[in-house]
Amino acid sequence: GGSAVIDMENMDDTSGSSFEDMGEMHQRMKEEEEEEAEGEAGAAEEEDGEFLGMKGLRGQLGRQVADQMWQVGKRQASRAFSLYANIDILRPYFDVEPVQVRARLLESMIPVKMINFPQKIAGELYGPLMLVFTLVAILLHGMKTSDTIIREGTLMGTAIGTCFGYWLGVSAFIYFLAYLCNAQITMVQMLSLLGYGLFGHCITLFVTYNIHFHSLFYIFWLVVGGLSTLRMVAVLVSRTVGHTQRLILCGTLAALHMLFLLYLHFAYHKVVEGILDTLEGPNMPPFQRVARDIPVVSNAVLNTTTKTVALTL
Amino acid sequence: FAGLADVSISEEIPVEGQITVPVGSHSPDEDGSTLDEPVRETIMRDLKAVGKKFVHVLYPRKSSTLLRDWDLWGPLVLCVSLALMLQGGSADSKDDGGPQFAEVFVIIWFGAVVITLNSKLLGGTISFFQSLCVLGYCVLPLTVGMLVCRLVLLAGSGTISFIIRLVVVLAMFAWSTLASTAFLADSQPPNRKALVVYPIFLFYFVISWMILTFTPQ
Repeated sequence: GGSAVIDMENMDDTSGSSFEDMGEMHQRMKEEEEEEAEGEAGAAEEEDGEFLGMKGLRGQLGRQVADQMWQVGKRQASRAFSLYANIDILRPYFDVEPVQVRARLLESMIPVKMINFPQKIAGELYGPLMLVFTLVAILLHGMKTSDTIIREGTLMGTAIGTCFGYWLGVSAFIYFLAYLCNAQITMVQMLSLLGYGLFGHCITLFVTYNIHFHSLFYIFWLVVGGLSTLRMVAVLVSRTVGHTQRLILCGTLAALHMLFLLYLHFAYHKVVEGILDTLEGPNMPPFQRVARDIPVVSNAVLNTTTKTVALTL
Repeated sequence: FAGLADVSISEEIPVEGQITVPVGSHSPDEDGSTLDEPVRETIMRDLKAVGKKFVHVLYPRKSSTLLRDWDLWGPLVLCVSLALMLQGGSADSKDDGGPQFAEVFVIIWFGAVVITLNSKLLGGTISFFQSLCVLGYCVLPLTVGMLVCRLVLLAGSGTISFIIRLVVVLAMFAWSTLASTAFLADSQPPNRKALVVYPIFLFYFVISWMILTFTPQ
């Protein structure tokens, strides 16, 4: 066999296999292009061909192909990197263990007593995200009466839009108020706090969509909804100074949270009630008639929501 | 290359061998053979791969076939057939009909993407498309369930048919969740498996709900 001795003096005769060579070739390609643009095409090519020690046109074609491949590779790498970099921004918010999630779920129902000391809020997004999806699933489950198929398409989009809209929108709004009231809370913490506050909503709706007692719903609304609201309020109070600010912030949050549970129950419950009514006619058991107290309001509310969600999407 | 100019290679160290990248002798032949083979062979090879993956989903064992050579043909076929079967037939102007094709399609793919992102964020070692592949293939039991439901609905839509459909859909739902868990849970750190399984459970629950509440108009 032969021996391949690398003669360092003639490194100009490259095969384009290293990055430095590619960089140099790229540089020369750019200069070459500029020269070509000025109309000195033939002379430049010949000149470069001789300079690089390659055989004229064939060598140049090879160079161009190699250069293009390098460009494409570079572009793909930078795109892939930016995609992964975006995911990595969220990674620390998903760094949880199942026991931690369970503990936080239970804690979200227990109002803290100590409001003079800023309470710790875990800035975690896994639990809240899963709770929002669970709420969507529970809302959909509440439509299990088969005739709600009629509205199923719109309801699915509405359910997702409502839950996510509430979580993101109210978080942003309360964060804005907190900024005005000088409360010490970050956006991620607010998202986390409100997300875990939806645990009470999930429990209430899960129970009351299956057991259609209206008084039961009111009890759950006050107790379960109230507990989770109280917890959020206590945490916020512990992080705010000044009576007026505390009142504004916590009053708004409490009102929105409790009203949302009320809305979820009545707007979607009414749809089920109305359809059951048309199905069963005059044979409806008495307790189900109570739902028809506020038909006008429920209908208007549901229609407005559907329209709003459809408009925003 | 100024710094390299004064490197000298001793004559005693043999510098020998091929500088060119060894292009394996089988490679041009392989390229040639897959280019020259009849179209039927190419299609059959892909179909066999898809079919093998279907079998792996139906009998979930801990194997890495689904993960190693991922492909999205199977999920596409399953998703399209499920969405077609779920289309509510009603052309009534007052009603929307069932979930439209686009809605089912979007929900399945969007849900799969969310679960994949979630498992990656939780520290999973599986790649994006591998996860999509597994989740898509595990929709197979639910598609079979949908087929059975449609057949049962042809016979009638009373309480008994509802109970049959409920049982079938529940069984398929459990099957789907177990199958996808068998493939996906291994790629997670051992103490976080529950965190990954839960969204998969929700995802298949929503699809099962869509199947169960389907009534032809």
